[in-house]
Amino acid sequence: MFDLFRARAEAAGTEVHRVPTPAAAVDLAAGVLERERVEDAAGARAVWREGPILKGFLDREALSRRVPGLSFEVTRERAAESRVGLSEMEWAVAATGTVAQDASEPAVRLASMLPETHVAFLRTAAIVSDLEFLLQRVDPRRARYLAFITGPSRTADIERVLTIGVHGPRRLVVVCVDGAPG
Amino acid sequence: MEKDLRSRLAAALADGRLAASLSRFGEAYAAARARAYEGIDFEALRDRLVEVKGRAAGRLDELASEFEAQATRAGATVFRTSDPGEARDYVLRLCRDRGLRRVVKSKSMATEEIHLNAHLEAGGIRVRETDLGEWIVQLARQRPSHMVMPAIHLTKEQVAELFSKEVDERLEADIPRLVAVARRELREEFLAADLGITGANVAVAETGTLVILTNEGNARLVTTLPRIHVAVVGVEKLVERFADVEPILRALPRSATGQLLTSYVSMITGPAPAADGAPKELHVVLVDNRRSEMARDPRFAQALRCIRCASCVNVCPVYQLVGGHVFGGVYTGGIGAILAAWFEALEGSRDIQSLCIQCGACTRVCPARIDIPELIVELRGRLVREEGQPLLAKAAFRVVSDRRAFHALLRAASKAQKPFARGGMIRHLPLFLSGATELRSLPAIADEPFRDRMRRIEQPRGAKERVAFYVGCLIDFAYPAIGEAVVRVLNAAGMEVVFPEGQTCCGAPARYAGALEAAARNAMDNVRALEEAGATRVVSACPTCTVALKRELAATLRSEGHLAWAERAEKLAAKVHDFSSLVARLVDEGRLALRPGEGPGGVTYHDSCHLKRKLGAHEAPRRLLRAAGHALVEMAESDACCGMGGSYSLRFPEISAPILARKLENVRRSGAAAVVMDCPGCLLQIGGGLDRSGDAIAARHVAELVAERL
Repeated sequence: MFDLFRARAEAAGTEVHRVPTPAAAVDLAAGVLERERVEDAAGARAVWREGPILKGFLDREALSRRVPGLSFEVTRERAAESRVGLSEMEWAVAATGTVAQDASEPAVRLASMLPETHVAFLRTAAIVSDLEFLLQRVDPRRARYLAFITGPSRTADIERVLTIGVHGPRRLVVVCVDGAPG
Repeated sequence: MEKDLRSRLAAALADGRLAASLSRFGEAYAAARARAYEGIDFEALRDRLVEVKGRAAGRLDELASEFEAQATRAGATVFRTSDPGEARDYVLRLCRDRGLRRVVKSKSMATEEIHLNAHLEAGGIRVRETDLGEWIVQLARQRPSHMVMPAIHLTKEQVAELFSKEVDERLEADIPRLVAVARRELREEFLAADLGITGANVAVAETGTLVILTNEGNARLVTTLPRIHVAVVGVEKLVERFADVEPILRALPRSATGQLLTSYVSMITGPAPAADGAPKELHVVLVDNRRSEMARDPRFAQALRCIRCASCVNVCPVYQLVGGHVFGGVYTGGIGAILAAWFEALEGSRDIQSLCIQCGACTRVCPARIDIPELIVELRGRLVREEGQPLLAKAAFRVVSDRRAFHALLRAASKAQKPFARGGMIRHLPLFLSGATELRSLPAIADEPFRDRMRRIEQPRGAKERVAFYVGCLIDFAYPAIGEAVVRVLNAAGMEVVFPEGQTCCGAPARYAGALEAAARNAMDNVRALEEAGATRVVSACPTCTVALKRELAATLRSEGHLAWAERAEKLAAKVHDFSSLVARLVDEGRLALRPGEGPGGVTYHDSCHLKRKLGAHEAPRRLLRAAGHALVEMAESDACCGMGGSYSLRFPEISAPILARKLENVRRSGAAAVVMDCPGCLLQIGGGLDRSGDAIAARHVAELVAERL
């Protein structure tokens, strides 16, 4: 399942990583933040919307020291000034290379759509075969804002030339976590 | 029309870049779509969509009520109206009551349909489209020319100019740079907006959920950043159950852009908290605008299954030439003509629908299996009923529907053309008729029509089977030698061929022009004549005639209220065969032996629209050509229309000519010595085109090649 997911997600322009533990996921994310030159300046910050996958593995203080400009308080203003947003996904669909989250909390959406880079954490075990299977398992009356994401933001509206990153992220990094609890 | 349509056509055709860009898009689209559907059973998916959307269209009102109840329970405010004016006013009033001044919008055909932007702007509201293409079109003060790619008619240079003006800075025509400018400019708009307006691709009655697909991600921002979200949704977007969303998600991105899924799909059920944590408001405006009326119409209800993927437009040879500003109103292409007839006015569709060449390319790709060409014929019928046929056409169909007068006229024409005909072809006609020979030579009307020659072809005695030959006007009066070839082939298979003298025009020209009354008179003459023949089968070597006999006689008679005649036509239809399919079977069954010989170089086969798409026959003629010993080389786009379309090529020579030119280029590139086809209409167009251009490639009917190998 993971292999198909990776192939389809990469075909849609997503970067896919797989790590053995939540701790390794945090480490990988910190590396991304550093390479993206996140710093405490407007337009260069980062927002991290915590979730159950990495809960208990995030040392906020240590991370904030390592990456100045990183905040775990996701506000509209903060997200608008950020270069990187991090959030967690509940599900993924192998057939289409899609990740999906319950984005009813605005902070989840802000972190995943305003910054130019979006790092999305996913339990490897949460990858399902196809959309039909997933739609049977989500309840829109509970998850009031369901977001399905397949690759970065794209447009072909000028002369049909595919261009990445028009309103949403230019870069989508999916980190599949193997040993996550839950 | 005519002047207005003519001048728009002339302007679009003069824009070489537009046609080049649209036709490149057509090719790229076909490949991307095919890749996206790999491993998917398209027919099964169509069945599902027809079922899901058909079920919903059957109970729009109930579903709207259920949606209203569920969405209201989830905290949304639902406003239902049948009147576009009320829908516009609702949104404007909301802005005024709350003192909202700035609106951001994501793409929505429903808001285009009700002309919402103009109304809000007139009310002093600042409205910004945020879909890149829509924003470009808004800055250009135009309307979208394509349902999925609104600005496909504009070049990057034109976009650079529009953006330069908007941001007051000299911008180069560099696409990534232009996109970055749009991101920057529109991000400010998103953050400053008081209200976000979207449409919806699906609205789920069971749960009150809105489903919105985008690639840019703008709908996510529109629904998240402002405190109030208004969704304007046509009631045809309703489906019964949440599970019904799945087939739409599977078909829409694949058919629209060749993607497995769009970058973003949002499913919104009631107002989720706003970005600043404040309570959010969600208003859903459900617009009927004659959709319920459409649902009650037995012919047009199927058009409510449309999921707005625009694949019909993407494969349309006419759209590929002239684009959406000629071929469409708010909605473009053939489906646009149909929707315009309902959402705007029947009269408003007259120009657009006249552009349909009836090739049926759209019927092969429509995921909801809407028979767009048939609905356009139906529109023509209704236009004729409401407004009457133009005088000249009326006179023409009166003659065609009177067998004796029609045949007398053709015989007279054979004499009158003498000064212009040379070698069986007419290359020039005088003055007022010259349009007919500008793009291709015309076949001369034969000295002796097939019906006279038939009398001299002796029929085998004691044959096992007696078949009736339905010749059709073109073979009868222009290509009698093809008729003789057909008879020889059937005789060789041990069949006695009879020629019912009472047969007449199949009625297709009248029917496609909406003159159903004239077509019905043709139909009765033909049913009577072919019944009297006492034959086991009826064979035709013209696919247009075959389709008429097999499908349309009954439909025409039924819609004109001749029910008993319609039943007779249906019985007859079961006996009708197209030449190639029948003869290929006779060869397979060993009833006909062909003597394979070397051909004069390879042949290439042109699929006629009617044969391939209406009768589903494309493999049989190829098998037959191979059985006759011909090396078959496939040309590119073998099933693309040749631009003939019956009288279409006379009415719109400016469209017919470039479609023919593309066909001829594909024929040349195949390297074949001859192009072979089943349709005498295509033969007239392609053969005439090759003669006119001086190409040495022969144009032949399958029957002729087979008859040479008996």
